[in-house]
Amino acid sequence: MALRAARDAAIWGGVALAVFVPLIGLQAVQDIRGELRLDTRWPLLVVLVAMVVGGSLVNSLLIAPWRERRGRRVPHENAALARAAAAFGRWFPPFAVGFVIVFPFLALWLTGMQGSVKWIDNFGIQILIYVMLGFGLNIVVGLAGLLDLGYVAFYAVGAYAYALLAKEFGFSFFTLLPLAGILAAFWGIILGFPVLRLRGDYLAIVTLAFGEIIRLVLINWVPVTNGYAGISGIPRPTFFGIPFNASDEGFAAVFGLEFSPIYRGIFLYYIILALALLTAFVTVRLRRLPIGRAWEALREDEIACRSLGIDTTTTKLTAFAIGAMFGGFAGSFFAARQGFISPESFTFMESATIVAIVVLGGMGSQIGVAVAAVAMIGGTELLRELDVLKEVFGREFDPTQYRMLLFGFAMVLIMIWKPRGLISSRAPSVFLKERKAVAGSLVKEGHG
Amino acid sequence: MAVAPPLLRVEHLTMRFGGLVAVGDLGFTARRGEITALIGPNGAGKTTVFNCITGFYKPTEGRIAVVHGEAGLWDELEALTRRGDRHLTLANGGLFLLERMPDHLVSRQAKVARTFQNIRLFSGMTVLENLLVAQHAPLMLASGFSLLGVLGVASYRRAERAAIDKAKHWLALTGLLDRADEPAGALPYGAQRRLEIARAMCTDPVLLCLDEPAAGLNPRESAALNELILTIRDRHATSVLLIEHDMSVVMEISDHVVVLDYGVKIADGTPEEVRNDQKVIAAYLGVADDEVEAVEAEVGL
Repeated sequence: MALRAARDAAIWGGVALAVFVPLIGLQAVQDIRGELRLDTRWPLLVVLVAMVVGGSLVNSLLIAPWRERRGRRVPHENAALARAAAAFGRWFPPFAVGFVIVFPFLALWLTGMQGSVKWIDNFGIQILIYVMLGFGLNIVVGLAGLLDLGYVAFYAVGAYAYALLAKEFGFSFFTLLPLAGILAAFWGIILGFPVLRLRGDYLAIVTLAFGEIIRLVLINWVPVTNGYAGISGIPRPTFFGIPFNASDEGFAAVFGLEFSPIYRGIFLYYIILALALLTAFVTVRLRRLPIGRAWEALREDEIACRSLGIDTTTTKLTAFAIGAMFGGFAGSFFAARQGFISPESFTFMESATIVAIVVLGGMGSQIGVAVAAVAMIGGTELLRELDVLKEVFGREFDPTQYRMLLFGFAMVLIMIWKPRGLISSRAPSVFLKERKAVAGSLVKEGHG
Repeated sequence: MAVAPPLLRVEHLTMRFGGLVAVGDLGFTARRGEITALIGPNGAGKTTVFNCITGFYKPTEGRIAVVHGEAGLWDELEALTRRGDRHLTLANGGLFLLERMPDHLVSRQAKVARTFQNIRLFSGMTVLENLLVAQHAPLMLASGFSLLGVLGVASYRRAERAAIDKAKHWLALTGLLDRADEPAGALPYGAQRRLEIARAMCTDPVLLCLDEPAAGLNPRESAALNELILTIRDRHATSVLLIEHDMSVVMEISDHVVVLDYGVKIADGTPEEVRNDQKVIAAYLGVADDEVEAVEAEVGL
């Protein structure tokens, strides 16, 4: 076995050497006279190749035998583990909701007025926007099984609907919120019609194109959207008519507090939290209604649905419309929070992030999506902060530059570890005697 | 015994796929309260006929009509066909032209349910959920098209309880009550076949179309299936149209057998009549009519 391990390590080392010599070993630098010079970085090359060889040895001598032993072992302690998992599953959601409710005050208490802005705004609000988008897309992708790669279009519709209507007509945030949702739902139906007959990859491509169309319209319809320059000075939400500013009528003055931007942050945090909880609540309810079961049945087998009298056209359209509506809510909140929007905020990258959240979380699972949003968005934000990495990789290492790379690695690892997402099992919507989770391997992924 | 009134009437049904005539000028009648079997060698066009009846295919030509309630409604057939409507619904019943209806309305309005040759269950949903999906239309109405349901009104909860009771009734009949909370995809093959029948019955059909329900079942399961189909016919005011290769099922329970070969009807009658029909034997043996006796002697029949 040791011989085999050594051989594997040698092969891996050879491959790594071949790849890393041009990539790492040689470096083109410009010297003072502006001439290109070839520098060598042999020590770094040696370290990296040694890491690969060492990793291969560790894998074949330690990890592989351990995995084999574990695979052979009869799962005898599974009952206790399953009970623990069930208890965790029951207690985690209420605990998580409780935590997010007290989170702003916790942040205030721990980091003070100045420090908490970052935690509430950059982390709290940002993550909750994506949680909400994830919940919304989860209806389309996770429940109905229709892969929508252009979800950001509805986010954009919601954002521009709020920005334009608020600036032109001066409607308040809470009047425009439902309106933006309805407009986004309308566009969801518009998208739904042409894609009703499409399945799988074709559906994904058309939805992707739809997202790009919306973005290009936003860029090119300059008289209305102001093109690339975007829309600035979008009215901010007020606390029942009291604005959050430093004036005498401002929130701080009215309540006799010292002015600080943190109050607006906390207020916005609770708005988006309420919206996200509303989305979760409605989705949970819908799953137990015939419409939700029809969505899931559609994901499992469309032909069987039709044989049971389910109109697949309206079922798909409602999935698109309701998913889009939540995207629209999130969009109008985004516009109100930023005060400035431009087409740059609604690129394909956003759609991809939201799809990744849904897939990573486990399609159809609310908790999974929420956890995945925290990991994805919080994780990328957190990587900005990690000075620890500087100690590991040296002074010049800037974690913010590598965060997408590190993040990509993390995603690959998670998908290898849990191919069907963090929560792969499906909770049945109704039961006779006992609620048994359905194993992920039985649940279909839909044809989208 | 008086002859039961017709429930389903298929006339001049033709289905062409390009140059291939899958079904040619087929006509037959399925009577109320009877089990009608559609048999024939592989590729005879049986499943195509099913797909035409249940709206999955639009037939190239022909008329497929179903009557609910009053048999006198058959007199309206010509008038309805000329008028160009899909159906005629009166207080005492209804007349439906299936070839004009999309598949989901064939199930929802004309009350014709079906199962599939290759089982199509919602494998990631539990057995009970499968049966609730089948009751989509009435539950949708009770939930106020989801609007009232989201608010959690009591009337929807009552409707859901009633739906679960109906599901329990069918689970008990198919022997699946103990497995109600298991995923459908985890059931053994025979149980999946029974579940598919239970699911179709939850749509309250007047006509149940079974596409090879006994395929892949062992003799004991096959016998239990016969019992189930007879129960459906006798106790639930549902007539059955059956495609089957298993002759023990066909001959034992059918009241009426229609034989297809190459998309054309070659025999139509009681099981005894069909069993002794020269054309049928020839089709099943795959030889010309006049060679039947020679081949029978050869194989020792």
